[in-house]
Amino acid sequence: MTQNDTTEPFEPKVVAYCCTYCAYTAGDLAGSMRLEYAPNVRVVQILCTGKIDAVLLLRAFEDGADAVYVAGCAIGDCHFLEGNLRAIQTVAHTKKLLAEIGLEPQRLEFFQIPASAGPLFAQRANEMTERAQKLGPNPLRKTMKQNAGRKLDKAPDQHPPLPQAKHGQLYCR
Amino acid sequence: MIVAERKPIEQIEAMIEGFDRILIVGCGTCVAVCMAGGEKEVELLAAELRMKGKLEGRNRTIDEITVTRQCDKEYLDALEKYADDYDIILSTACGAGVQLLAERYDEKIVLPALNTLFSGVAEGAGQWTQRCMACEDCILDQTGGICPMTICAKNLLNGPCGGTDHGKCEVDGEKDCAWTLIYNRMKKLGRLDYLKKIQPPKDYSVMTKPGRYTHEAFKEAQQEE
Repeated sequence: MTQNDTTEPFEPKVVAYCCTYCAYTAGDLAGSMRLEYAPNVRVVQILCTGKIDAVLLLRAFEDGADAVYVAGCAIGDCHFLEGNLRAIQTVAHTKKLLAEIGLEPQRLEFFQIPASAGPLFAQRANEMTERAQKLGPNPLRKTMKQNAGRKLDKAPDQHPPLPQAKHGQLYCR
Repeated sequence: MIVAERKPIEQIEAMIEGFDRILIVGCGTCVAVCMAGGEKEVELLAAELRMKGKLEGRNRTIDEITVTRQCDKEYLDALEKYADDYDIILSTACGAGVQLLAERYDEKIVLPALNTLFSGVAEGAGQWTQRCMACEDCILDQTGGICPMTICAKNLLNGPCGGTDHGKCEVDGEKDCAWTLIYNRMKKLGRLDYLKKIQPPKDYSVMTKPGRYTHEAFKEAQQEE
């Protein structure tokens, strides 16, 4: 996969499924700590990573996500005892499915982010965005509009860029 | 329960090659429980095939629907209004379901997406083993609820043979010796004397195929017809 040829740098879209007890709380903490991290990450709050399903992950890719990660509690810390263990299994299985259809399995990952680890949340977000940048755009992006059932009036990439965040101050253009 | 596994994606891809409109029909009974062809698996397979097609630059429609059971005709009638819109039907039922679907929609090409394995039980999460081979003459009363016809490599009714090796089978060191299991179970139940009884040779004549069975209550009605 090569970088897109346009002069503008490719801005990947990364979907993060975050468990409400650990990773999402860590995301909150990262915000409270005024940590900057890649704005490419779209966080989806889920009750437990055990809820994650291969269908849900594949659908994100089908709808054009360049990278997807599931962030849950550390081993042994799951609020529901073994939800994160199940998610690890699901993610590993889905990686195989991705390889089967010819999409890079590296686009998908599972991370353990404890609730107290705000900096780790930011680090993982940057890491996954960088990875997506290296892998290039998801080839399925082209059909994204079609998948959305013509609900999108313009290609999602054409939406105005997100306001730049700088140490708690929002500069809106 | 009937246990099945999904065919390799390459094989499915080869089967559907050249068709643009594909309906994947799931089955909500046995194959849903063994995570091979239920609603969720049909969604997964459809998503996979759609994505694979798009990555390879094909333009094809793949839709999905799941019926309660594919081995009962009444559930297949629900597909009538959709079937005409598609070139082929890809069924994720066991072999029996695929055949009934092909019979019901005989003007359509019906293809199997699964390999049917056996009728068995769930040993643990995502793990199944064969427990019955439908021999039509159950002898589980004599063997403490363990089937030598299924588990014993030689189908011995009076075992064990000389190949038993510390509870394992000579054919495969990984497999349990059915007759060691039976001995231990009968010992636990205090019924070892049962094993002294010599079983007559198995009547394989009843195992002719295809099997056919009419419930006693329906026999008369069928004769009247």
